[in-house]
Amino acid sequence: MKKRGMSEIVAVAAAVALAVSGLVGCGGSGGAATQAAGTSGAGAGADASAAGQGSASGEGTAAAGAGTAAGESAKPQPGGELYVYNWGEYIDEDVIDMFEDETGIQVIYDVFETNEEMYPVIEAGGVSYDVVCPSDYMIQKMIENNLLAKLDFSNIPSFDQIDPRFVEDSKSFDPDNAYSVPYTWGTVGILYNTSLVPEDKAPTKWADLWDESFKGEILMQDSVRDAFMVALKMLGYSLNSTDEKELEEAKDLLIAQKPLVQAYVIDQVRDKMIGGEAAIGVIYSGEMLYIQEEVESLGLDYELEYVLPEEGSNVWIDAWVVPANAKNKYNAELWIDFMCRPEIALKNFEYITYSTPNKGAFDMLDEDLQTNKALFPDAEALKNCEVFRYMGPEADELYNNLWKEVKSN
Amino acid sequence: MGKKLLAGPYLLWMVAFTVIPLALIVYYGFTGVGGGFTLANVAAIARPEHSKALVLSLALSMVSTVCCLVLAYPLAMVLRGRGIGKGSFIVFIFILPMWMNFLLRTMAWQTLLEKNGVINAFLGFFGLPKLQIMNTPAAIVLGMVYNFLPFMVLPIYNVLAKIDDDTINAAADLGANFFQTLLRVWFPLSLPGVISGITMVFVPSLTTFVISNLLGGSKILLIGNVIEQEFTKSGNWHMGSGLSMVLMVFIMASMLLLAKYDRGGEGTTF
Repeated sequence: MKKRGMSEIVAVAAAVALAVSGLVGCGGSGGAATQAAGTSGAGAGADASAAGQGSASGEGTAAAGAGTAAGESAKPQPGGELYVYNWGEYIDEDVIDMFEDETGIQVIYDVFETNEEMYPVIEAGGVSYDVVCPSDYMIQKMIENNLLAKLDFSNIPSFDQIDPRFVEDSKSFDPDNAYSVPYTWGTVGILYNTSLVPEDKAPTKWADLWDESFKGEILMQDSVRDAFMVALKMLGYSLNSTDEKELEEAKDLLIAQKPLVQAYVIDQVRDKMIGGEAAIGVIYSGEMLYIQEEVESLGLDYELEYVLPEEGSNVWIDAWVVPANAKNKYNAELWIDFMCRPEIALKNFEYITYSTPNKGAFDMLDEDLQTNKALFPDAEALKNCEVFRYMGPEADELYNNLWKEVKSN
Repeated sequence: MGKKLLAGPYLLWMVAFTVIPLALIVYYGFTGVGGGFTLANVAAIARPEHSKALVLSLALSMVSTVCCLVLAYPLAMVLRGRGIGKGSFIVFIFILPMWMNFLLRTMAWQTLLEKNGVINAFLGFFGLPKLQIMNTPAAIVLGMVYNFLPFMVLPIYNVLAKIDDDTINAAADLGANFFQTLLRVWFPLSLPGVISGITMVFVPSLTTFVISNLLGGSKILLIGNVIEQEFTKSGNWHMGSGLSMVLMVFIMASMLLLAKYDRGGEGTTF
């Protein structure tokens, strides 16, 4: 922000630079949009069942919302606009409509695919988003670079619905719990296809992704931190390592694995695993439930199982934050409060299937979901897991350069 | 006075969307993250991961340019032979896919080439061995040829259509057989179109990052991917601009080639 006053001109420069480098500057976002369109139809079925209970409870809270608005006339009046920047496929779209109906605020909703893609957009400030949903380490980076505004928690009364355990965990990236409100959490693990992987070869640890017999059957994550996490954890190092020697070792390991890898993917891992394109994929735990439901509803003759690797993994939290240059901060806080309501959190969970840190929503879940260890792992399962931390610009550059070496090899 | 006024909007457009952005790229390319002049961003092309990506990009785009030329020249001759009415209908059919989004068409190739994709299902039905080219350089070349072939066909067709039939007949009267006519008459006369086509295919192939991402499974790093990553993932606009400038040198070299052979502007596509 500081060094880039003329943000609009800079944005034009970026567009042209991308045009020079490829003639199709919208590659990333276009892909995300088409993907959203492609899968929304599949989600509609699951969504319909939730709509019944959702709308009933929605009315109740709408009345409550009106009550508080009338009681506190000193607050700025809601209305106007809200620019939301979220992950693709990361909300039940009915929730957006419900929020608009209740508050009269018009929501402008954009999506991103990776934290790394989101960051320069917020930093350049060409579009000023009001509420964004990055992951832990990226929130820390944004706080350290003064890109975020402190939240006014008196506007977010439903914050007390968030399980204190996650408020505590959030301190690793937001030490005073001043900037962020957890939205989802989960782990990163291995998903495997039971018909393509023999029972005695079922993966239990990251090292199994280096098994020669899976040549061409492995999908890795196409994001620098996730890819290095796998190698670092396998070597027994911290996933936040900045030790050059450790990272070099991890790089060599990833290069050695490359001939076995079918592709480096992000969201596509979901469709490719459902379609039986690959036997093993590195995936976010939140995708598991959706994938298993999809496999079942398509009547496929195989199952997809999720494993949290023995060596430990990344436990992550995605949380709502408000950028420092937000024009509608009060609306953003209303949005965050809305997302914290148990029935809304439940509706979102049922749609996106990423574990919710909302204890009100958790209590409303069926028992078999509550005890699902892949979705809601206990402390014992998480003992080797760590939260990503932002390690500073030098470490960023080191990671990026090593990743390029992996990719160009 | 009137003519100068007409050029006004165009000049404004040029300054706003070509000159200023280019100047910004040059500025970013020659400054470091902390500000201050540096050649490091341009010199970074010598780093093994970057130079490998550049060499691979050059190799793949040359292969796809040659493939396009070999496919396009006979097609352009057929189109010319059909005469205006039928020929333009074929041209229309040929351009039709271009009305659809480039990204969508490339994603369609993903579905076709995948391990359990349409082509392999078809081959499997007849008990034929599976095609395993997804996520290899071959798939990327295929994507480039498919997407950029029209840019080769059209300029060659435009030039061939202007060659007088009398010229060809004269060659036949003087005893030249088909191949002699092709080499001595057709080809030299169509050279401006060929050069234009080569540039139109080579430049976008060299700079693409979408095709290599979608059909290469992000396993194959082209120079376009490196630049894209610097802008969108690493957030290092200085490095991205520096490498873009290196790439521009190659683009300009092919443009100069075009200017040398195509003085009359005959080879233009549209």
